[in-house]
Amino acid sequence: MKYAYYPGCSLKGTGRAYDESLLAVFRALEVELEELEDWNCCGATSYVSVDDLLSYALAARNLALAEREHKDIVAPCAACYLVLNKTQHYIREYPNVGRVVERALGEIGLTYTGRSQVRHPLDILLNDVGIQAIRQRVKTPLHGLKVAAYYGCQIVRPYATFDDQRNPTSMDQLLEACGATVVNYSEKTGCCGASQKGALSEVGLDRIRRLLAAAQAEGAEVIATACPLCQFNLECYQEETGNGHPAISMPVLFFTQLIALALGASSEEIGLKRCLVSVDQLLASKEIAYA
Amino acid sequence: MSLQRKIKLEAERDHEFAQWIANKAGGEKLRHCLQCGLCSGTCPLSLYMDYTPRRLMYLAREGFKAEVLSSLSIWLCTSCYACAVGCPKQINTTEMMYALKRLAIEEKYYPRRFAVPVMAKQFSRMVRQEGRITESWLMVRVLLRTGIWQLFGMSKLGLRLLRTRRMNLWRERIDRRREISQMLDAVESARKEFSA
Amino acid sequence: MPEPTNSPAAEKREAVRVGIYVCHCGTNIAGTVDVKAVAEYAAGLRDVVVSREYKYMCSDPGQTLIQQDISDHKLNRVVVASCSPLLHEPTFRRALERAGINAFFLQFVNIREHVSWVHLDKAASTAKAKDLVRAAVRRVALHKPLQRRQVPIDPRVLVVGGGIAGIHASLTLAEAGKQVFLVEREPTIGGHMAMFDKTFPTLDCAACILTPKMTAVGSHPRIKLWTYSEVVKVEGYVGNYKVTVKHKPRYVIDDLCIGCQECIAACVFKEGKTPDEFNLGLSKRKPVYMPFPQAVPQKVVIDPQTCIEFKSGKCKKTCIEACGDRHAIDFKQQETFEEIEVGTIILATGFKTFDPRRYTDYGYGRHPNVYTSLEVERLINASGPTGGEVVMRDGNKPKSVGIIHCVGSRDRNTNRWCSKVCCMYSLKLAHLVKERTGAEVFNFYLDMRTPGKGYEEFYDRLLDEGVHFVRGLVFEISDFAAHPSEEGKLVLRVEDTLGGFVRRIPVDMVILAVGLEPQANAQDVRRLFNISCASEGWFLERHPKLAPVSTFTEGVFIAGACQGPKDIPESVAQAGAAAAEALALIDKQVVELEPYTASIREEECSGCKSCVPLCPYGAISFLVDKKKAAINEVLCKGCGTCVAGCPSGSITQNFFEDEEIFEEIEGVLTYA
Repeated sequence: MKYAYYPGCSLKGTGRAYDESLLAVFRALEVELEELEDWNCCGATSYVSVDDLLSYALAARNLALAEREHKDIVAPCAACYLVLNKTQHYIREYPNVGRVVERALGEIGLTYTGRSQVRHPLDILLNDVGIQAIRQRVKTPLHGLKVAAYYGCQIVRPYATFDDQRNPTSMDQLLEACGATVVNYSEKTGCCGASQKGALSEVGLDRIRRLLAAAQAEGAEVIATACPLCQFNLECYQEETGNGHPAISMPVLFFTQLIALALGASSEEIGLKRCLVSVDQLLASKEIAYA
Repeated sequence: MSLQRKIKLEAERDHEFAQWIANKAGGEKLRHCLQCGLCSGTCPLSLYMDYTPRRLMYLAREGFKAEVLSSLSIWLCTSCYACAVGCPKQINTTEMMYALKRLAIEEKYYPRRFAVPVMAKQFSRMVRQEGRITESWLMVRVLLRTGIWQLFGMSKLGLRLLRTRRMNLWRERIDRRREISQMLDAVESARKEFSA
Repeated sequence: MPEPTNSPAAEKREAVRVGIYVCHCGTNIAGTVDVKAVAEYAAGLRDVVVSREYKYMCSDPGQTLIQQDISDHKLNRVVVASCSPLLHEPTFRRALERAGINAFFLQFVNIREHVSWVHLDKAASTAKAKDLVRAAVRRVALHKPLQRRQVPIDPRVLVVGGGIAGIHASLTLAEAGKQVFLVEREPTIGGHMAMFDKTFPTLDCAACILTPKMTAVGSHPRIKLWTYSEVVKVEGYVGNYKVTVKHKPRYVIDDLCIGCQECIAACVFKEGKTPDEFNLGLSKRKPVYMPFPQAVPQKVVIDPQTCIEFKSGKCKKTCIEACGDRHAIDFKQQETFEEIEVGTIILATGFKTFDPRRYTDYGYGRHPNVYTSLEVERLINASGPTGGEVVMRDGNKPKSVGIIHCVGSRDRNTNRWCSKVCCMYSLKLAHLVKERTGAEVFNFYLDMRTPGKGYEEFYDRLLDEGVHFVRGLVFEISDFAAHPSEEGKLVLRVEDTLGGFVRRIPVDMVILAVGLEPQANAQDVRRLFNISCASEGWFLERHPKLAPVSTFTEGVFIAGACQGPKDIPESVAQAGAAAAEALALIDKQVVELEPYTASIREEECSGCKSCVPLCPYGAISFLVDKKKAAINEVLCKGCGTCVAGCPSGSITQNFFEDEEIFEEIEGVLTYA
């Protein structure tokens, strides 16, 4: 099964490790993934704040490109996943949106009939590849590693059908298949604050601090995320969480990095050098070595 | 000590605004809102809002346009959809927030130097030009308009990101950039035709 | 277009004398249709002797007009053009009968719901009304003098469900001298009311007011009480139902068990190991048990799933020993089936509560000290699992309690309706919990629905008692402490909508005011009795305002919460109403069935059996010796499915014969 890979703008930048490790994981599992040709930005939460119809048209271009290639889209970034799904739904549910988008796509020689589906890597790994297949290929089990599986908002709400929206377990299951101990994370779907840290620092830090503190209190040693913005927020501002509160330091990785590690990928492939908070000491203490 | 006299007259209510918001996608059940407050309760940012989501929806539905558009709440919303998923009347509050953001930008109600609306505008401009965004340059564009001095506070983080190659300085762009503007023009003309 | 003079229709038309009556219905019809023009037009149609228009045909003068005309002009057919036949066809039929002609010589034309209420164009409406009247005139000529069939009504009544509604209906009927069969699927009657401690707003002890009625049912000579039994088959029609009841085995002989409970004390299980159903799993019972101390009938039950004797056959059977000379225990008991004949049925099967596990954020099942309201009723009840003390699962008494209203109600994501009783019972629980424990109580509500007699006054009382009322929908119950004062507590996060801020309120115990839902097997039950359910699953009443206890199936009535959420006074009132309606039917001694039945022309039936499975009422059978199908007239409800389905056209239906319908079609299509 070949999928059209839609990295999204963040995975070319701050979320680079997500891109690298995701490709490594799919390579190791022999799932074909080819980057969607000439994909454009989905608009995330920003474009739709300026103009809705324009943002749907932009997102729909990607859907149409994937349909032209007869593939489903794999979108790892939460915002991309949400926007592409939402566009797909709105084209169908609101005839006006459908008509405008059809016109815009027609202008550039494309069409979208709804055949290409929007999938998340969690969905693909859990449902298309399967826990069994992954477990069989684990070379470096993550034994003893206590992980908090953090889903964030936009992957589960409001369009996810592959997992429970209030209490998702897909990432938990995948990490457990790799041998890790997944803690019961009370904030697994709590918002990270998105871009509020850049706008109102205290507001953003409030959420970041809360998420890190809960993970720590519940016994996690590393947080696994599925969204580049969540990862950025949780990892890159840890020093600032000090300021009148006990500072928290904890490695924050993409879940694909942990899976890649378990499947025996090299440090390069896992994208470990992209970490701002090193995970080397933690891995060493658990005697988990990467290739 | 300064006193404030507050009374709301019917003449102040904007009926068109009330009608407009109820007609937006996701607002089909706005009139059914029984003000239960679940949206405000689940909202991670409601603690900082001047008008909580519940109150904002009520004010919007009743047509108190000035209060609603000048509220910081709409810019605090991170669109986490917790409210939309929990609402017992299935009102999509997040989409209502987006609609209000759009109107606020269009009617220039937003706080000028606040990063969130500025980011939205710069983001969309960059997408229109290049087809993709480059995080580093987007950040610069936003900071230029909200206070370039903030760059100094971010320098340490910026350098670390550069070192780990998590920040590109070259522009991300798509090949067929013209298609973007073609599509956007088509949308503009279709919009008038279908008066979406 | 002239009629061919030698057609069968023409022949039949010889002696036909038609009277036409066009109603104004005030301005309802006359506002759009030119009734005068229609009457004038009709006067010119063949066979029409008299044609009138009048303001209100259904009124006394209107009726008298028709009767007078029938007498004066020797009319033998009548066409009335007015409202819907559902409203007044019976009225005009009675007028014809009073005037001495067969009621089915009437053809009713709807020029209100079908014309004046759905069209705006006056000219077009009038033309349409004329077309319809013309068609009716042609049809009515072919009407036959049909006779209604009378069937006797069996005076015995079946009541399904032994809650307060079923109990009250049974007693009312039995006191009126009727034989009642009360079938209840649990081993005891009492329903949900038996689980409560006190009832609102008077705080009457539930058991004190219920058990006398339960005992009365158990000992009434005219009530056959069958507990631990279920109805499995229903055949027949109003006045003549044949019902098969399954008796589940108690493994105890009813007539011999005196309810001494020595067997329970002697059971090899030293203490209970199975979650007790009546106490909602808050305590454990042994395999042999009495559902609750005041159970009626006072007989024990043995549960084959957990009794060692059933699982291995090697039990010491100390129970039999303890029973001694009475020999009431019988492990070989089998389920039995019994057939009864009744004339009317009352369904009082009650409700079930919403499962709060559907709201994962409330943590019911995860946090031990989150309870449903029904569970707390058991805690408070003196014969409950904690002897009436409010003691939580962790063994402590709560110092603070939060009661959340509207759990599983008023929510499009679960149940849209308001469950009506939760505000009142939440107030009741607030009062009782506060009284027993002195705890600080918070009620989290959206609206205070206290519409009954004494209900708002009860709310006033609660306000005086210092219960906190916070208006807001709690969205999360968590055990995460954000402040030292929250350690070890359940924190409720809610937006206090009246105060205008989000609050975190730590409590020891949370009570979820779960809403009411239809029983899990409501669809199966309604199919069994051939009634309808509304879209939400409640049994459907014939009319929400004017006929709340009857259904669209003659002879089957509904009462209590199975029809929709309601409190005890309303359930009792409905039970009385259903009993009265049943009594009214029984007292008539006969019931008239409409003659719209279908029949098979034997000579034309080819024996293909296509019709047999089509009948929704099982009225068609295949006569093997004759190789023909036959319709049981009394079971036939005149739906017309077999008539349409018969490939050889050998089935006809009274009042809807092919000829009649073709004449009507011709009448509409023929231009005047």
